Amino acid sequence: MTATIQGNSRVKIRKIATFVEETSTEMGRRVDPPTRRAAAVAVIENPYAGQYVEDLTELMIIGEELGELLAARAVAALGIPGPSAESYGKAAAVGENGELEHAAAILHPKLGTPVRRVLGKGAALIPSSKKRGGLGVALDIPLGHKDAAFVRSHFDGMEVRISDAPRANEIMVAIAVTDSGRPLPRVGGLSKDQIKGEDGLR
Amino acid sequence: MPEVQIRKNLLLVEEIFHEGGSVAPKPLRRAAALAVIRNPYAGSYVEKIEGFMEDLKPLGLEMAQSLVVALGGDPKVVQGYGKGAIVGSAGEIEHGALWHVPGGYGMREVLGGAKAIVASTKKVGGPGARLDIPITHINASYVRSHFDAMEVGIADAPRADEILLALVMTTGARVHARVGGLKASEIKGEDGLR
Repeated sequence: MTATIQGNSRVKIRKIATFVEETSTEMGRRVDPPTRRAAAVAVIENPYAGQYVEDLTELMIIGEELGELLAARAVAALGIPGPSAESYGKAAAVGENGELEHAAAILHPKLGTPVRRVLGKGAALIPSSKKRGGLGVALDIPLGHKDAAFVRSHFDGMEVRISDAPRANEIMVAIAVTDSGRPLPRVGGLSKDQIKGEDGLR
Repeated sequence: MPEVQIRKNLLLVEEIFHEGGSVAPKPLRRAAALAVIRNPYAGSYVEKIEGFMEDLKPLGLEMAQSLVVALGGDPKVVQGYGKGAIVGSAGEIEHGALWHVPGGYGMREVLGGAKAIVASTKKVGGPGARLDIPITHINASYVRSHFDAMEVGIADAPRADEILLALVMTTGARVHARVGGLKASEIKGEDGLR
């Protein structure tokens, strides 16, 4: 398998789960080639569980480490080179002794840069969701095209859950990557062959 | 013979480093392969269904192979296994039982002669239903350190006329196993039990 964070890393990982989903028919109609998407999810210790802490820098650094690790895992699970990825998304679920702001500290300041490094590019905003919840909580990771947020065929979401996470003092962090949009997309809008790729939107 | 029509596959791999105790020198890995297929018998009572077991064998083999690949490619690392099925609401529990033979066949074929019965469970359920798949040692059902279970499910499956089929393999004991009983090192390997 690919990289595991070791050595002087800040993040304490209890487990990592990867999911690969492949859809080959929908309503009896073949999806050819099948649509494929992967999610890599780490269950980590929340260093700030049970207390209010003003400065969340530690979690931002953890976000940076996880961005690289989870993006690499997701791409490896799909068996594709990073630049072949088409859409992406990220999400976090904070255990009951943490704050929503802890998820924000992991997801927003530093996680994106290493993700984009793994994928070669990624001009578009990485769509995200976050929540606080108990063990087995379902995390719906939003998905959007990595180079042009308005590509309508690639608006999607992927549900992941881990039955024993997050415990009260843990955070679940997820990155999803696809090599395709929805199966059988047909609601119009910007298509991927019309991407200009200048502003991350169109 | 009805053909096996797959709507989607899901492969799930878990790597467990610790669960509050010391970090395992080699993390435990557990993998589940899920396939969502059309239930050819949905919506009516069909008396003769046995033939579908034969049709499912290639899928069982394929799923077992994908698990070995997901765990690194060497069948020798596999120590535990289990299987299960969720039948959509227009089917019956007996349709889930069709998975016993092809699921077990696929895993034994890939693992080269595992001796223990493959632990299993099944139910009828709606989309998003969760299934706790029991796991036991592949050569001796009584190995206590390897009693485990893995929860699986897919948000949009099984639909009413579908069956969700699952196989699970693991690379070892529970991460902090310490409740005694028969150890993997004590397996006699004659009867599949001890």
